[in-house]
Amino acid sequence: MATQHIISIGDFDRNEIDRMLDHARQIDSKKYDKNALYGKILAVLFFEPSTRTRMSFESAIARLGGTSISVGSVEACSMAKGETLADTVRVVSGYADAIVIRHPREGAARLAAEFATVPVINAGDGAGQHPSQTLLDLYTIRQSMPIDGIDIALVGDLRYGRTAHSLASALSLYGARLHTVSPRGLELPGTLAADLRDKGLEIVEHDDISDVINIVDVLYLTRIQRERFPDSASYFNVASSYKITPELLAGAKKHLIVLHPLPRVDEIDPRVDDSPHARYFEQSKNGVPVRMAMLMKVMQ
Amino acid sequence: MKRPEEVENEGLLVRRIKNGTVIDHIDSGEALNVVKILGITGTTQEALSIATNVQSKDMGRKDIVKLTNRELSKEEVDRIALISPRATINIIRNFKVCEKKGVEIPSQIVGIVKCPNPGCISNTNEPIESKFEVLPKGLRCHYCDWLITKDITSHII
Repeated sequence: MATQHIISIGDFDRNEIDRMLDHARQIDSKKYDKNALYGKILAVLFFEPSTRTRMSFESAIARLGGTSISVGSVEACSMAKGETLADTVRVVSGYADAIVIRHPREGAARLAAEFATVPVINAGDGAGQHPSQTLLDLYTIRQSMPIDGIDIALVGDLRYGRTAHSLASALSLYGARLHTVSPRGLELPGTLAADLRDKGLEIVEHDDISDVINIVDVLYLTRIQRERFPDSASYFNVASSYKITPELLAGAKKHLIVLHPLPRVDEIDPRVDDSPHARYFEQSKNGVPVRMAMLMKVMQ
Repeated sequence: MKRPEEVENEGLLVRRIKNGTVIDHIDSGEALNVVKILGITGTTQEALSIATNVQSKDMGRKDIVKLTNRELSKEEVDRIALISPRATINIIRNFKVCEKKGVEIPSQIVGIVKCPNPGCISNTNEPIESKFEVLPKGLRCHYCDWLITKDITSHII
């Protein structure tokens, strides 16, 4: 059987995604073999900083009886000496049963899959894809409501935010209606938007969060990065207009859920944390069962 | 055999070849790009003739490329379809056209077009060639999903 990789959510059809989400739910309710991956080793190859994704993958393999190995910081690995990614993954394939990779360049995971002899899971490649985040986003939505036909707002940096790209791509399989709210210059890339529309996703652009707050079922926020702006003043100006507060949520649907891939900076007022709408910490926690399902899919 | 569209008062613009490949009906102005796509550089051993803006009954103006002593394979010439889908290929042996065929757009092109995304892994020192899937709406990078929808020639390596 060919080696299975998880590189892009676009590589999966609706049934495959649903099956993985079902499996994650089963794991979440503690119905799984705790030694399913006993004796297996996961190589954690992260060339960019990460807290949630990295730790939840490490937690996931540990909960299935396996172990993980990593190189530590990028500066400490042979890439810093000029080794190609192709060589690195070939070498690491000899040390582990699967590789989970995060890399600053788009397409890095697909390249890794071409050279690795073990399964590769993409944990984020530049502004490209982040399939494990998308699966846990879908999983979190599905805990509250059926995904089919929802109205969802993507808010923030939609140009460079890979979580938004990946999620939007998956939502095209569920007949969702996408509302976008982003600062000028950080809109969803035109070719991606055209591609999504071709797949049948309805996209409605808005200038202000208040325009969408009372019509959406899911509010998905992404971090607006300070380095995207020429100066601090223009950043703070934009960031403050994209902040979710309890006052703003007063006009929302009762069942609205607020998601954020985290880390947040100023996008969500901490007072929202106690609101029934807040799901972002639950979402983060869901990373473990979802990634356990992914590891079992490619490593078993 | 003289082709009427190649004949000027002073005779043939480009001399007939004994053996090799004639690429005819190239969209006007694309001959140099065709040569570039075929990887024929200044260091090539074969005699290469290029005629541009030649009068054509069907096309108004067209370009022609003649390459002596080399028969291009189907895979090589199909790449031309990206920029000149009406091109025809004539394989010449002893001054006779032995094979005549059109070009077909391939489903994937490798090593011909550079990904315009500066952040794409294919634009690094990795041991890979650029790879694009050919779709009705353009070319999609196999690695980063970037879609080239227009001006493909400006991205030819």
